[in-house]
Formats: sequence, C-alpha cells, structure tokens
Amino acid sequence: MDLKNAAAGTLESGDIMIQIAPAETKGLHIELDSTVAAQFGRQIRTVITETLTGLGIEDADVKAVDKGARDCTIRARVTAAAVRATGKDVWA
Amino acid sequence: MSSLKDRAEGIRRVAAAMGKEVYSGETLKNTVFRKDLQKSDHKVVTLEEAIVRSGLKDGMTISFHHHFRGGDKVVNMVVDKLAQMGFKNLHLAASSLSDVHAPLIEHIRNGVITKISTSGLRGELAKEISHGLMKEPVVFRSHGGRGSAISTGDLHIDVAFLGASSSDPAGNASGYSRSEHAKSICGSLGYAKPDAQYADKVVIITDDLVDYPNTPNSISEHDVDFVVLVDSVGDSSKISSGAIRDTKNPRDILLAMSAADVIINSGYFREGFSIQTGSGGASLAAVKYIREKMIEKGIHASFALGGITAHMVKMHEEGLIERLIDVQSFDRVAAESIKNDPFHKGVSANEYAAADESGSAVHYLDIVILSALEVDVNFNVNVLVGSDGVIRGAVGGHPDTAADSALSIIVCPLLRGRIPCIVDEVTTLITPGSTVDVVVTEYGIAVNPRRGEIAERLRAAGMKVVDINALKDLALEQIGTPDPLPFGDKVVGVVMNREGTVQDVIMNIED
Repeated sequence: MDLKNAAAGTLESGDIMIQIAPAETKGLHIELDSTVAAQFGRQIRTVITETLTGLGIEDADVKAVDKGARDCTIRARVTAAAVRATGKDVWA
Repeated sequence: MSSLKDRAEGIRRVAAAMGKEVYSGETLKNTVFRKDLQKSDHKVVTLEEAIVRSGLKDGMTISFHHHFRGGDKVVNMVVDKLAQMGFKNLHLAASSLSDVHAPLIEHIRNGVITKISTSGLRGELAKEISHGLMKEPVVFRSHGGRGSAISTGDLHIDVAFLGASSSDPAGNASGYSRSEHAKSICGSLGYAKPDAQYADKVVIITDDLVDYPNTPNSISEHDVDFVVLVDSVGDSSKISSGAIRDTKNPRDILLAMSAADVIINSGYFREGFSIQTGSGGASLAAVKYIREKMIEKGIHASFALGGITAHMVKMHEEGLIERLIDVQSFDRVAAESIKNDPFHKGVSANEYAAADESGSAVHYLDIVILSALEVDVNFNVNVLVGSDGVIRGAVGGHPDTAADSALSIIVCPLLRGRIPCIVDEVTTLITPGSTVDVVVTEYGIAVNPRRGEIAERLRAAGMKVVDINALKDLALEQIGTPDPLPFGDKVVGVVMNREGTVQDVIMNIED
C-alpha cells in the first residue's frame, strides 16, 4: 500500500502523537517514546501493530510519542494517521 | 554584723568545699553604645569562617531546612563552599530536597556528599539516585519522624546551616523580616527548629541582618553560634504564588465535593473540630466547600494545622477557624499572616507531628485530607516513588497525620493518564493502611473495613461507598494490566517508620 507522510494526535497528557512514513525496509518499524514505557510499552506496541495490520498496512515507519493514552485513544490516533497516510477513508 | 572582709575566710572555705573559684572582686563592663556594639558582634562571620570555626570535619552531618521549597538557595551555596574547601564524605540531612538541588549530583560524584537523609527527593537528583548514583541508600523520614530522630539522637547533626529571612547579630532569626531591607519571606521555620535546638553548632544564614532585638523570633540566639549575611537565601516567589487560585479541573472539583461530603457526614464535623489539608488542587477546593457548610451550620474549627495556605488564613480571619498552627507556610499569604497574627503560631516539626511527643499537634487533629500517588487494596499509601519506579515526591507529614488524626481521608483519582492510582500493592509503603480511613475517588468512596462506623454514616447520608477492590478492578479494566517495573537488586532508599523502625526499602530502577 502506498503511504504518504501523515500524523495524528497531540502531545497533551492522555494523548498519543502518531507519525506514519513509508517504510525504508520491509515490515512495521515502531519507534516509541512513552511516559509509561516501563509498564505499558509492550501493550502500546501491540495496539499500534494490530490497528495498522487491521487496516492492511504491513510496511511503515511509525513514530509514536505517548503521554499515557489509553488503548481506545491509541487506536483512534493510529487509524486517523493511517487514513491520512493512505488517503483511504475507513469510516466511509 | 559582719563585713565582706570578715566573711572572706568563710567564702574561701565554702568555695573550696564546692570546688569553685572565689570571685575576683571586679567585673569588666562594656560601655560602648549598644547600636554600635552589635555591629562588631563576634557571631557575625563569613560563611567560610563559620564553617572553619564550627569545627566541621570530613564524615560529619550537616543539615538544612526546605522552607524556601523550589526557591531555596542555601543548600547549593553551602555545599558549593564545602566542596571548594575540600570537605569529603559529608552526610547531608535536609528536611527535604527538590528539583532545585540537582547540583548536588556533581558533589555526590566527587565524594563531597556520600550520604543523604531527607523527607523527599525530586527532579534530576531523584532520578539519578533512583538509578543508583549513591553507594549508601538515602534515608527517608516523615517530618515528625525526622523531628523524633533528631531529638532522640538517632539523627545527630554536627552543623546546621539554616536560612532565615531576618536575623539580628545574636542569631534571633525568623522566616520573615520587619525591616525595610527585607529580601525574602518563607513564614514558619518549623522544620529548622529541631536542627537549631539539637545540632552541635548552628549557623544562621540570612539576607537581612537587622538590629537586636529581632523579636518576635522563631529561632533563639540561645541556639545559634554564627550568623552569616548573604545576598539571598531564597526566591520567595517559588514557595507558591501568593494568590488563591481555585482549580478549574472538573475532576478535582468532583473529588473536592466528595471529600467535603465525607467530612460533613463523618461524625467529626462538630463545633470545635480541627483540620489539616494538603496543598493539592482537590484538597484546596475541598476547603472551599467545607467553609460553605461551616457558615451554613454555624460550626467553627478550633484550629487548622499545616501546611497553612491562604485559604486557611482567610477562614481564620473570617472567624471560622480560631487558631492556625503552622509548621510550614505554603504561600506568601500564610507567611505574611504568621508574621502579623499572634493566633497564627509557628511550631517545630516535633510540636507538629512527632510520635513520641504526646502534646504534638497531630495528636489533637480530628480530620486530615491527603493526596496520594498510589493507594492499594489494603489502604497502604505511596507518596514517594512514581509508578515508573523513580523517586519523585516526599514522605512529608503524610504518615504522621494519617496515624495520629481521628479521621484520615485520601483524595486521589482512579487513573492519572494511564497510570492507576488504586493498585494491588503500592510501589513503596509510606503510610500504612492501618492508619488510612477513607479513600475518595471520582468512581466512589472506599472505607477501610476497620472503620465500619464511618461507612455506615456515609451510606446513611446517601453517599456511594464501594469496595476498594472494585475500584482497583475498574482501573485495570480501563488500562490493561501493567508490566512489572524493571527494578534492580541495589537498595537506593530506606523508608523509616515515624517511630524509628525500618518500614520499606526502595530498589534501583533499570532502564
């Protein structure tokens, strides 16, 4: 799937900022910076990966700056960034 | 009749029997005008001279207070000087440390400071220590616990360096100044008092050297060995802002209203009750609702204890609170009030909260409202170590007030971002669950099973009382189960119980 650079989310407490870029090498590469990395880093990566693959995105470079967002917020921000990156509206 | 001369033999005989000298017969009088005399008082010296003459040696214990909080300049100034003078292996015993003390990191690396005792640690210093900066663990004590440890000799202080906003040349010192040259103000000097009373040598560091007598004073010349004049002891604006600001955070307001309802229906909201509140947003807002209820029902408080804030000062001035007892002024309004109002009394850490002092204020305290980083299902509270395992807070008076009050109320949200505040087991045990009575969250109020009568009264008033386990489950439902923190096997901190026993240890955190 062709991707443009795209972003969604903010750096507010309780939110996550997701930036998606075309993959330099095959696969999903997630760079995560989180205030709750020790306790929730693994879960956050899992949610990002599942959300992207669920939208058919298998190759992308993802940068995530997390300020303690919950899973529902992470899914929403990843989906919005993916829609912007692919140009395909998943809610239509 | 006998003359002095006739009694001379008798005087000699009695002196010999008492092992005393006989009076020489002449006393030298100093006839200099006293305003001039005090300009050359032998106690007034430079910082370096005070350090030299104090007899401070490598390995000894130095102490500080934290009344200037984030604006403190004394700790860094003195430790810089000690480093310059080549001191090593010192034990720094502060009443608390904060972000502003990050320069201590270098002094620890260079071996100037090798041991720390404190109530709290924050910022970079706390982060480095959590990651294993020091060989010896930091010893954490509550404010009352520190007072006790100093008075019993558990914590022996060799030289105390105590910042003051005014001092006369004799060392009568205060946390405010009445002179036109006043540069700083911190109000109560409660946490400096045990140091002044029990340290071997006491150095007052002031930015306003005033004429004798600097009364009314917090610290007495009786306890002071040296007085050092410096440009600035602290930035008073960083104690807290002077204005009363009410929180606009809707969650804090909800928590505050619930906390106020708990108090009003607890059975302790009666004529002559006493109260202490923390300085958190919800806690301050709760005071506002309690005030309204006091006016409505015509109830007065006999005293408010703290941690005095502008809110409490206002209620005192309105006649709702008879007296204020203040170990530490939390804002400028409180600091000015302690200066001007004799019914606003400064007390030492021991008079405030020592477990071994039966007359301490906390023993007379009905209600305390406190905050928490974490509360567990056994009502244990952590206010020191963040849920990332990094030290980021202070024990403060939390365990003292919870243990000695008739009713302790913890106010905290269920979650902060993704971090749960109601957990299975606290990261670090600061305030034992046996002393915590009620936990107020925005999802309901949990009452310690030891206090069944409180739960009954709240239910009778139509309040939502829930099982604390249900709150914990609700938190986990929303955020998932957190992975365990990557603690190492080195002890970086020791938490002392307020009675001097070892209560918990803090392990280093690995990245």
